[in-house]
Amino acid sequence: MLTERLAPDLVADVTRDDASLRRYLHGLPGVDQVGAEARAQVLATRSIKTTAKAWAIDTSIAMVDLTTLEGSDTPGKVRSLCAKAVRPDGRAADGGAPQVAAVCVYPDLVATAVSELRGSTVRVASVATAFPSGRSSLATKLHDVSDAVAAGAGEVDMVIDRGAFLAGRYRQVFDEIVATKAECGAAHLKVILETGELATLDNVRRASWLALLAGGDFIKTSTGKVSPAATPPVALVMLEAVRDFAAATGQRRGVKLAGGIRAAKEAVRYLVMVNEVAGEEWLTPALFRFGASSLLNDLLLQRHKLATGAYDGPDYVTVD
Amino acid sequence: MADMSKVFEYAPAPESRDIARLKPSYQIFVNGEFRDGGSEPVKTINPADETPLAEVAEAGPADVDDAIRAARRAYEGVWSTLSGASRGKYLYRIARAVQERARELAVLESLDNGKPIRESRDVDIPLAAAHFFYYAGWADKLEHAGFGPAPRPLGVAGQIIPWNFPLLMAAWKIAPALACGNTVVLKPAETTPLTALVLAEIIAEADLPPGVVNVVTGGPSVGQAIVSHDGVDKIAFTGSTEVGKSIQRALAARDTKLTLELGGKAANIVFDDAPVDQAVEGIVNGIFFNQGQVCCAGSRLLVQESVADEVTDSLKRRLTTLRVGDPLDKNTDVGAINSAAQLARVRELAESGTEEGAVRWSPPCELPGRGYWFAPTVFTDVSQAHRIAREEIFGPVLSVLTFRTPDEAVLKANNTAYGLSAGVWTEKGSRILAMAARLRAGVVWANTFNKFDPAAPFGGYKESGFGREGGRHGLEAYLDV
Repeated sequence: MLTERLAPDLVADVTRDDASLRRYLHGLPGVDQVGAEARAQVLATRSIKTTAKAWAIDTSIAMVDLTTLEGSDTPGKVRSLCAKAVRPDGRAADGGAPQVAAVCVYPDLVATAVSELRGSTVRVASVATAFPSGRSSLATKLHDVSDAVAAGAGEVDMVIDRGAFLAGRYRQVFDEIVATKAECGAAHLKVILETGELATLDNVRRASWLALLAGGDFIKTSTGKVSPAATPPVALVMLEAVRDFAAATGQRRGVKLAGGIRAAKEAVRYLVMVNEVAGEEWLTPALFRFGASSLLNDLLLQRHKLATGAYDGPDYVTVD
Repeated sequence: MADMSKVFEYAPAPESRDIARLKPSYQIFVNGEFRDGGSEPVKTINPADETPLAEVAEAGPADVDDAIRAARRAYEGVWSTLSGASRGKYLYRIARAVQERARELAVLESLDNGKPIRESRDVDIPLAAAHFFYYAGWADKLEHAGFGPAPRPLGVAGQIIPWNFPLLMAAWKIAPALACGNTVVLKPAETTPLTALVLAEIIAEADLPPGVVNVVTGGPSVGQAIVSHDGVDKIAFTGSTEVGKSIQRALAARDTKLTLELGGKAANIVFDDAPVDQAVEGIVNGIFFNQGQVCCAGSRLLVQESVADEVTDSLKRRLTTLRVGDPLDKNTDVGAINSAAQLARVRELAESGTEEGAVRWSPPCELPGRGYWFAPTVFTDVSQAHRIAREEIFGPVLSVLTFRTPDEAVLKANNTAYGLSAGVWTEKGSRILAMAARLRAGVVWANTFNKFDPAAPFGGYKESGFGREGGRHGLEAYLDV
């Protein structure tokens, strides 16, 4: 079924109502959790050294969505994050660390980030749709999105209604994603599945396909507010989903892992997974991201260690 | 091998061969002492590049006789009368020492056998230690094992093991034998003697009484000398069906117990409701683990016709990510074939597949110029009549067949002279149980493959042999019951 090409009229057919969506999503091959965990574990034993490690660290830095999503966020905090996004190690791009992919903030701080990042290639992403719980009316959620987009956000990270998904109201989840996508206009849409609340890998696969069918440009693991967030088996299943979706439709969509990834070593392992599961075509910030804050500093420390042979202390990377 | 066209090229990550502490020469281990053998020493080579690794003593007939007599003395003098708790203490000691020297053993195993370090490090050596730990625990509990109130050992066990899991097979054989109070004469395979001789070192350092374990290396004549010696009470053999049959003939008129673990041609059965991605992993693990040189390898893929294309497409895509090459590189998935003779057999059978009309496919992969290499190979359009569907290839060659109904799957899976293992892939629990009851195989894996645990019995039906190794059942082969 997956290898059949998914023509547009077929998409319209399988998304017609709850029952059609259920038939389609529950017709996807199941995920054996033990097997998925074992596969993720074997991939984690890859040994990435020297030139490969240097490449993976720089690529990881360029894939970071540098994020601050706290109630205590201020324009000052966002400005300092933006400065770090452009020059992560405080050095010019030549020989220094690459820029990150984006800065990710709440909608009311988008304008600050946009003005701070003007002239750079770092994008501004905003969470929206009553992040992180998504418990609000669709009208309110869409208003949240239009605020962010109007302020200049180039990327929108929405949350799905997990309650509706778990209750089997797939069509409602689908419609909300479609409406949000329309509200985004030219902005890229990342659909947060909050896999920690979906609980099973079967659900992760179904939610991934649902988001992809509805037009999400990226599927994203988590808000970072729920534990567990991004885990290797969840990443595996989501990478399989974008790979299979591309095989069925010819369209490549992205994956963003967010929450709980703090060590450079973990980031490198995830790049191995991207490489061997989705394929090397996904090894670009256009199709793979890390949503993180503290990860960046560890990537910078490891980058320095690899270049000089010595570790910098934590005081040699900036705290933002 | 570096391929600059790749976006993310993994730099070489070789494990250092110094860790193996290779010695220029190795001796046989008889009556607690290392000594030269009566025959001319032979060189063991690294199958990955055909370079000699070390010179290994070759036991002569007198050495085998000495070893069996030493084992008899040790059996009668010490081991059979020692308390179970004391035997357990020695086994625990061996288990811990195997763990402590795990890295050395892993590198040595990969050098001598050709298997990837990832497997020797993560599977062979940890499982070998686990077997010693497991049977150490049984040593003082034999009266509760279900074989009577005071089960007796058999005596001297002659154990002949293959080259595919050299240390692990030694552990499978030695651990239950010693736990039950027997003494042993072990013959490692001719092409992979090194780790068994390091195990002998460990056993010597563990202070086992002399003669409890003897290791005699050499070719088939050493095995024949053990089998034909009237001083052995038990023969345990793992290897080819052909040799197994000749051993059984040789023992026909003698009061010598026998267990045989022989070949296989396992069916890995994938139903249309299988978890496809995990099934593909299971297929890969089933046939490319240890280059397919596994008696229980899932060498026949039986896939339901309605999903056959989807599964084979996914499988082929997955195979393009397999990394074939230097066994010591930590990122290698598929290593070298163990010997020139084995490589010739794999090649000959693969060629028969093409000649008989099956469609051959391998992922693009560059094989090293020296050494014994064979690319992972998949045959589609295979029928039951083809040699590649009937004969054990013992190499990285998968034959893909299809079925339409569960009945047909059972019929085809059982339609083989062998009966060692089988795999069933389906999300439906009731189907797993129904299939397991009908498959004539000693081991049936459900939604996994090539999974081993010391607590799980392992063994075959029909031409795959008899007797069980592992678990409580594994004790029976070494007790007078």
